[in-house]
Amino acid sequence: MNMQNPPDALRMEHISKTFGPVRALDDVSFVVRPGTVHALCGENGAGKSTLMKILAGVYQPDSGTITVFGEPRRMATPAEALAAGISMLYQELDLAEDMAVYENVFLGREIRSRIPFAVDHAEMIRQTRALCTQYGFAIDATATIRTLTPGQCQIVELLKALVRDARIIVMDEPTSSLSEGEAANLFRIVHDLRRRGLAIIYISHRMEEVKALADDITVLRDGCIAGGDAAERMDVDRIVKLMVGREIREFYPPRSVTPGEVFLEACGLASDEGIRDVGFTVRRGEVVGMAGLVGAGRTETARALFGVQPLTAGEVRLDGRAVRIRKPADAIRNGMALLTEDRKRTGLCTGLPCSWNLMLPNYERTGMKRILKLKHERALCQEYGAKVHVKWRDPDDSVSSLSGGNQQKVLIARWLLADAQLVIFDEPTRGIDVGAKKEVYALINELAARGKAILLISSELTELFGVCDRLLVMRRGRLAGTLDVAETTPEHVMHLAAG
Amino acid sequence: MNKFAKQLLPFCSLIFIFSLWTFLVPHEFLTFTNLTNVLSRSSVNMIMAAGMTFVIITAGIDLSVGTMMGMCGMVGALVMLLLGGAGWGEVAAGSNIALPGWAVLGGIVAGVGCGALCGLANGMLITRLRLAPFIVTLGAMSIFRGVSLLVNNGKPFTVSAFTLLDTGRVLGIPVSVLLLVAVLAAMAFVLKFTPFGRHTYAVGSSVETAFHAGVNVNRLLVTVYAMTGALVGLAAMITTSRASSAQPTAGLSLELDIIAAVIIGGCSPSGGRGSMVGTIIGTLLIGVLRNGLTLCGISTNWQLVAIGLIIILAVAADQMATRRER
Repeated sequence: MNMQNPPDALRMEHISKTFGPVRALDDVSFVVRPGTVHALCGENGAGKSTLMKILAGVYQPDSGTITVFGEPRRMATPAEALAAGISMLYQELDLAEDMAVYENVFLGREIRSRIPFAVDHAEMIRQTRALCTQYGFAIDATATIRTLTPGQCQIVELLKALVRDARIIVMDEPTSSLSEGEAANLFRIVHDLRRRGLAIIYISHRMEEVKALADDITVLRDGCIAGGDAAERMDVDRIVKLMVGREIREFYPPRSVTPGEVFLEACGLASDEGIRDVGFTVRRGEVVGMAGLVGAGRTETARALFGVQPLTAGEVRLDGRAVRIRKPADAIRNGMALLTEDRKRTGLCTGLPCSWNLMLPNYERTGMKRILKLKHERALCQEYGAKVHVKWRDPDDSVSSLSGGNQQKVLIARWLLADAQLVIFDEPTRGIDVGAKKEVYALINELAARGKAILLISSELTELFGVCDRLLVMRRGRLAGTLDVAETTPEHVMHLAAG
Repeated sequence: MNKFAKQLLPFCSLIFIFSLWTFLVPHEFLTFTNLTNVLSRSSVNMIMAAGMTFVIITAGIDLSVGTMMGMCGMVGALVMLLLGGAGWGEVAAGSNIALPGWAVLGGIVAGVGCGALCGLANGMLITRLRLAPFIVTLGAMSIFRGVSLLVNNGKPFTVSAFTLLDTGRVLGIPVSVLLLVAVLAAMAFVLKFTPFGRHTYAVGSSVETAFHAGVNVNRLLVTVYAMTGALVGLAAMITTSRASSAQPTAGLSLELDIIAAVIIGGCSPSGGRGSMVGTIIGTLLIGVLRNGLTLCGISTNWQLVAIGLIIILAVAADQMATRRER
């Protein structure tokens, strides 16, 4: 080793990892220099989270080595990763909500007082305040977490990392729940940490953040390194091309449907989940996309339409007829379908057979209101499974044995069988592999071609631009604008969404 | 294949314990009288366990079935005696009264109805107040025992003329056996061949998913608890008939045996898994186990220890099998 150069902060070499039949990471090598911000880019399912979870000791790699500041390390547990100086700031913050800032900061490594079994609160508060002063964080050490804003919570997470002598900090979409002011503050902190010699691994979908912060950029695609370089040699076009791996036009099926009559007419929608005065229409045969930042009210709008969270104001018309939807059963009866964002929790009955999942809302309409007809059920499952090209050995296999993409297809088949006229897709391609994504897009297209009205919520702009006819942009619970895909640009949409 | 193997585990355990007793106490265990005795004791548990299977598949629990059985017996017997024309003094004192057929039927309906209402109340509290089944039925467990003791000041009701569900026969077959077969067949059918059964599994697997798919979750849960209550009422009346009296302390810690049987039979306490065949095997297993331990001269105190261990063992074996599957 050359003695002049300090060792790299982190070398992950030839890392591979498989989950069952899925190859999540394939011979990935990744180097982070100390005192730099290294951006890790890639679409959902590209392997970013898996790579970072291996670094954090949550997963064990099948092969490959990890070297931290020149020392080979094996992260068998999260505790060992922490001991090696690696701290993670996850998208979902994991703080104890009812405890004070300083208690969270010192959680698990409390400072003992001289009295046996007791902890020294005063000393912990003093040290927390000292750290805040040192790094210029404006936060009250004794405040309860519940009273803090998301941005302040993130600072608590950072304090936790600093107290544990972190040398490498991983930030996973840190700005997704922050206001613009808070985000700016976070950028200032990131710059400061870098100046102090820490290495930051920064995961983000937002190209402008990546461009503004990163010294180096690595792009993952389908579990492999797609490319990487110093930030000044990477422009947004090149990053996106590396992420997607092909021209967008090739990836998305061509749209050739002429939208028909207006099917869904929503006006003035509001709910207790923070959406206000949302109004839009979706025509038969039309794919309408919904863009916006996390927390902008997209999922909440879908939940309100589908009766999961009742409307407090507004009117919904389907096919020109005013309908009152108080619960999902009403929505389904009126020809609506919702493919939720959280497939495992609200979409599937994990552990139950595929066929049961497919049939769940469909017994009544298939003439099985009181008693099942097993042969008929099996035939239906096979017919609709074939329609969406789901790969199962048998419809009676547990749905948990399928890959994410095939699970999503089972759900599409469910609503196909229900003959839904309005299908709401909430992040339909999250966590599914690229091939399955393409098939999902084709199925969405096919639904539209059959005259169904489609509402597609997505955080991937490329996806929205590839699949939709029109875009609704949400911002802070309201509709910020409606744009024709042919006449707008991703930059314009981002601008409207971030407002 | 794996599903099949899972069903096989409780079945093999049953065979094992059966062979064990055959080997250890052949003269006492392997007699017609003893085996019929085991079956008839298990039949009451089986009726209750059939309902409990539904409850546990929804990821719920009903701790109140034991004391509910005591209360249903008391209520049923009281109604029976009053319909039979007895005065309160005679009823309370426990004198023998002749009972006309319609009074017997009225009493059975009252017992079953009482159970259904108790279950309905459990279900309503769980769904309307959004309380955990564990908490609601824990409270109900205490309330039901209190009420059964209050009804006659801790004394039983004697109904020596109520023999219908004990020695009564139709076409030479005991009425209680007919009821048992009918209940098990009906419950197995509902679980396996109706949308209601499928929805029960769905709710247990994921309440949120079931709700998003348009299942009326609250109505389903209330039905399941009420149904279980009704079956407890039926079991109570059979027990009352066999003992010729309704004891306020009947069903003492019976919930333990019922829940154990259902879980040993392959129901997952976290919901979404289980079958009626498994429950039948589980109930028989506990019945045979207790019987053999008694025949070997092992005290009921040790039997409690044994059953506790078996529950933990059964769940642990099941968990390990599930984990390997992943």
